[in-house]
Amino acid sequence: MIRDITIGQYYPTDSILHRLDPRVKLIGTLLFIVSLFLFHSFLGYIAVTIFLFSIIKISKVPFRFIIRGMKAILILLLFTVFFNLFLTPGETIFKLGFINITKEGIKSAGFMAIRLTYLILGSSLMTFTTTPNQLTDGLEKLMRPLNRIKVPVHEIAMMMSIALRFIPILLEETDKIMKAQMARGADFESGGILKRAKSLIPLLIPLFVSAFRRANDLAMAMEARCYRGGDGRTKMKPLKYSGRDFAAYLVLCAYVVAVISMRMLEKRIG
Amino acid sequence: MDRDMIEVKKLVHEYIRRDEDGNVESINRAIDNVNFSVKKGDFVAILGANGSGKSTLAKHINAILHPTEGSIWVNGLNTAEENNIWDIRQTAGMVFQNPDNQIVATVVEEDVGFGPENLGVPTDEIWERVEQSLEAVGMLEYRTQSPNKLSGGQKQRVAIAGIMAMKPQCIVLDEPTAMLDPNGRKEVISTVRELNKKEKVTVLLITHHMDEVTFADKVIVMEHGKIVMQGTPRDIFSRVDEIKQYRLDVPQVTELAFELSKAGLALPEGILTIDELVDSLIKLKQSNIDKAK
Repeated sequence: MIRDITIGQYYPTDSILHRLDPRVKLIGTLLFIVSLFLFHSFLGYIAVTIFLFSIIKISKVPFRFIIRGMKAILILLLFTVFFNLFLTPGETIFKLGFINITKEGIKSAGFMAIRLTYLILGSSLMTFTTTPNQLTDGLEKLMRPLNRIKVPVHEIAMMMSIALRFIPILLEETDKIMKAQMARGADFESGGILKRAKSLIPLLIPLFVSAFRRANDLAMAMEARCYRGGDGRTKMKPLKYSGRDFAAYLVLCAYVVAVISMRMLEKRIG
Repeated sequence: MDRDMIEVKKLVHEYIRRDEDGNVESINRAIDNVNFSVKKGDFVAILGANGSGKSTLAKHINAILHPTEGSIWVNGLNTAEENNIWDIRQTAGMVFQNPDNQIVATVVEEDVGFGPENLGVPTDEIWERVEQSLEAVGMLEYRTQSPNKLSGGQKQRVAIAGIMAMKPQCIVLDEPTAMLDPNGRKEVISTVRELNKKEKVTVLLITHHMDEVTFADKVIVMEHGKIVMQGTPRDIFSRVDEIKQYRLDVPQVTELAFELSKAGLALPEGILTIDELVDSLIKLKQSNIDKAK
């Protein structure tokens, strides 16, 4: 089941998007997400749609792979649409018992659906094209100014990359403990929610104990390799902007200009 | 004066357990008045059963633990001095038991680069060192892979490469083979042996597998925090009864030779390899034939 979730996975191919500096992609994703919430008419989403789908094309990530990731948030999406559809007050179009669908409801449900879908598409596209390490490196470098107000930027990035390293190990361990407990008669599948939650205790306690032990070991191993925080540390793979990154920034600027002018156009019409 | 790589003088380490008010509940003397030294370029093995204090000793050499009494000098640096800690950790690298819990990065080459990054080595040189050390442990072809996909022995070799990239003069290995299968064990031990011979790195190998250390320059046996035997492998392994008393096994060949000589065959003491046993058995047979003539 865990294997089906493609959100947050890296999809290894060679595209321009894959080779871009992670900082460009982080800023680009942020701008894209902001742009999603600017519009109030479907017209505005034309620019967003064109941008998103041309980026997907450039990324060389197969569309089916991306769609598979969307399945995981389908329920969330349906919930949002459902609540917007039924609970928005306004001009009634359709009424059946307590169900009251309004014109405004349909509109806002439609917008929410588009926004959520695009939001997930856009941000998962970033993780598809960026390795976790590049991502943490990019975040570290972008957040560097926060160091001045005493935010431990390097430490946060280090924690993130260690977490990423240990996710598969802990998953494997969970599986192992689960099988061991099942072999001794533990039942993780039957019963109501409460019973199932209770049955997780013999799984979670050994898992936590082992995670703490691993953390202790790792901390010792890191100290033994002279790790002493971010000061005075050099990088094996330092981030450097190249020509294509500046080109990508130009494209982003063009996108922002396009979005803003669409927004102004929308205001004049609407 | 050419000093020894590691000098341990009257070392005592106590684990003190305190209750909530800070009163001492119990004291466990893990290391009790230990003295020894390791010469530069030597391959020294420390043997001992569980709870003999050998891992505690290893952590002292890397300045992870500090002596309760006595002192340790690593390449002339006292581990008790706060200022020396980072120099000591660079001089004496440490490889731990669990291969998973000492790999930091998600890509092999980045993990090997972790040590040099911490030391502030310039980027170009990090790449050079990473390549050299991966080459030295024979893992160069796996450089862009994820450590999760490697076998235990391979992971442990990556961990050794991570230490080698810091250019240490000495490597301390704390039961590096305890969690590996026989093939992985062979891999790791032959890698370490190679580094000792080719790169002239001093090696201190802590283990409870006797057959891993038959080629060592010196073997130290520990029991209850004390050094109980010290000498060349041949010396140590000729005292089979004594070793067994310290809850350790001798190599199978040695034990077979020991039992044979007990049964009346005139074999030399302290046979360490199969070849040696075969040779002496042939010699024995030859002399019997000669006598019969």
